[in-house]
Amino acid sequence: MSKFKKKKSGELPPVSTAAMPDIVFMLLFFFMTVTTFKKDDYKVRQNLAFADQVQTLNKDDKVIYIYAGKPSQRYQDDFGTQAKIQLNDKFADVSEIKDYWFNEINNNPKLGQQYQNVAITALKVDGETNMGLISDIKQELREINALKINYTTKKGEFSKNYKK
Amino acid sequence: MGRRNIPEVSAGSMADIAFLLLIFFLVTTTFEVDSGITRKLPPIPPPGQVPPIIKQKNLFTVLVNKNNDLLVEEEVMQLKDLRQATIDFLDNGGGTNEIGEPCNYCQGKKDETSSDHPNKAIISVRNDRETEYKTFISVQNELVGAYNFLRNRESMKINGQKYTTIDSLYNDPKLKDGSPEKDALSKKLKKIQDMYPLKISEAENVKN
Repeated sequence: MSKFKKKKSGELPPVSTAAMPDIVFMLLFFFMTVTTFKKDDYKVRQNLAFADQVQTLNKDDKVIYIYAGKPSQRYQDDFGTQAKIQLNDKFADVSEIKDYWFNEINNNPKLGQQYQNVAITALKVDGETNMGLISDIKQELREINALKINYTTKKGEFSKNYKK
Repeated sequence: MGRRNIPEVSAGSMADIAFLLLIFFLVTTTFEVDSGITRKLPPIPPPGQVPPIIKQKNLFTVLVNKNNDLLVEEEVMQLKDLRQATIDFLDNGGGTNEIGEPCNYCQGKKDETSSDHPNKAIISVRNDRETEYKTFISVQNELVGAYNFLRNRESMKINGQKYTTIDSLYNDPKLKDGSPEKDALSKKLKKIQDMYPLKISEAENVKN
């Protein structure tokens, strides 16, 4: 009998948790460095269209954002379901785009007057918006000579646009 | 002598604090990269300027109606066929460019009734005001895809590298403006762009 009992001599040593803070810190630093905070709260739906022939905007590109789409669910009681434009964090009219654009280029610390000709206007538009609104926006941008635009899309084949 | 024992600070709760921070950043992280189809809008023409006359055969017309149906060169077409049709049109090379040179790199059918030269070929997209944005994006995507296909093909021949690869190298933020590498890439890009210049016109919308 004692022959068998001998094997069961030591208990399992407890796993050391001393390295846990190090691991957690490693993860922490990773997420701290990759975190980017969202600039604006979307008040319009942002179900972007898919495209695969895309170019990426870099972090130091001078970008001005214009959002458009149907108001999100919780704003629909007040603003209806017609597609609207969102500038900064307010709903806006097409006629306000010019003022907004110049205000951004002059007053946004990341931009500046000298970048007026290289600034890219990113249109973040919900896939179900009508083209009428988009061409109104484009016309406004043409009138202030803000010609570089980027239709922001998600990466994927165009056929994904039609999947239910 | 006067040495006092400094009491040890307990590091036991450090992990908890780090966990709290970790969870905060985990929740707030969004891996969002802005990417999309970059385009240059046409400047507003000065008043009194007469638009140049373009031969019908050099114009590839894409109409999209409010039900998101496509009418390409007067024929109904499915979106999936658009890219090939565009490639055929651009790569036709049935005639000569402005200075009378034939397109010696085109591999198309050399059809008399289609475009003369990629240099002259223009794509015109017209939308209805009620066309959906995602259809517009899909059409634009296919058209750019056709250009990228042809540019990649020529770039592989000349540079042994895809046009899109060179383009993304060129746009890498690590590459400084004015550095010799960037200039070299820019020259390569320019050469391919001259062979297949991107000419997509987004005319004013048609109302009905």
